[in-house]
Amino acid sequence: MLGLYLHRDSAVHRWPAGVKMGGLLAVTAGVMTLPGAWGAALAGALGLGLLAAARLPVGRVLRELRAPVVLLTLLFGFQALLAGTGWAEAAVAVARFAALVLLATLVTLTTRVADMIDLFERVFGLLRPLGVNPAKLALMLALTIRFIPLLAEQVREVRMAQRARGVERSIAALFVPLLVKIFTMADDLAAALEARGYDPADNGR
Amino acid sequence: MIEFCSVTHAYGDRAVLSDLSFRLTERRVAILGGNGSGKSTLARLLNGLLVPTGGSVTVDGLDTRTDGRAVRRKVGFVFQNPDVQIVLPTVEEDVAFGLKARKIPKEEIARRVTAALDRHGLARYRHQPAHQMSGGEKQLLAIAGVLVLEPDHVVFDEPTTLLDLRNRRRVIETIRALPQKAVVVTHDLDMVMDFDRVLVLEDGRVVADAPPAVAVPAYVERLS
Repeated sequence: MLGLYLHRDSAVHRWPAGVKMGGLLAVTAGVMTLPGAWGAALAGALGLGLLAAARLPVGRVLRELRAPVVLLTLLFGFQALLAGTGWAEAAVAVARFAALVLLATLVTLTTRVADMIDLFERVFGLLRPLGVNPAKLALMLALTIRFIPLLAEQVREVRMAQRARGVERSIAALFVPLLVKIFTMADDLAAALEARGYDPADNGR
Repeated sequence: MIEFCSVTHAYGDRAVLSDLSFRLTERRVAILGGNGSGKSTLARLLNGLLVPTGGSVTVDGLDTRTDGRAVRRKVGFVFQNPDVQIVLPTVEEDVAFGLKARKIPKEEIARRVTAALDRHGLARYRHQPAHQMSGGEKQLLAIAGVLVLEPDHVVFDEPTTLLDLRNRRRVIETIRALPQKAVVVTHDLDMVMDFDRVLVLEDGRVVADAPPAVAVPAYVERLS
């Protein structure tokens, strides 16, 4: 779902971020209101069509979908076995989510983060009368996306360091150094933002 | 010109820099010093990321205490660890970050980003995620993100510390070719040998201030 932009020369890549996000919302509403598996089937077909039109490598898209597929399988099992909704109904619910996850992944893979942030900044701008600073919210979003792989890397590093010292499973041994690293990174990041011309007082007007 | 006038700096009760006074007018200046000597604090004082607890720092007549924003426009800063300096996920977006923050028109941003990526050999990574680049490429990206803003001076805080030999050479060549004045905080003695001036810091004081041929041997002797 958080798959980063993958550049290709395609019409889907050139569509404005607003069109893609608006389309995703409209399709989501459609999938949830159409009866039975129709919504899921139509959204799935649309997703496959867009996948071909966007010229994205199927392997990469499948890799992005790996984690959601695991979650959906668990959801399917839970719905069918524990919630007692029946196999058919659970399958329809999971198919709906799977189709929407595919579409959402395609949106993130074909839209530059900067374009997405511009869009969110415009949308958050509607909340300016309530005292919301849209530029700050948009930057927060951008930093979240940028720092997810970096934090994953830090977790891996700390784990390896602990293993090298013979600690296999210890929450404290993982979280204490990780927190220290995160706070140091946050300090450095704040300085870097300032050094690169970001002004926290700018309200994005 | 960057001028330090009786500068002291302390974190709480811990004094890090004591009574520093000097003017930097040369094209290439290096700051050498052991761990904890106050080098990084001094670097951050140069562009107003920190303001001194005593004395004043001015850049071309602008005081970092009162004109911090204007000073930061004049003085670019490259951090030791590029990972904290790279803000946006892809190379192109990140180079454009500072330009967007300055509200520069889109066409101008596109032109300057393309020129910066070409100049630093990053054009082929334009649409790539920054986190997938090597350490040296990330450092070049961090440098490109600063230089695209066309500052008058650039401060580098240990720019080669995390790099292998090949990438270290690329970064050194980039610094050598800069048209701007540069202040480089470093442990890399080879890099500074063709600089114009070297300041050696020890316990927050300047203990040597001379051309590299004099200052570097003095620094090595102090270490040993």
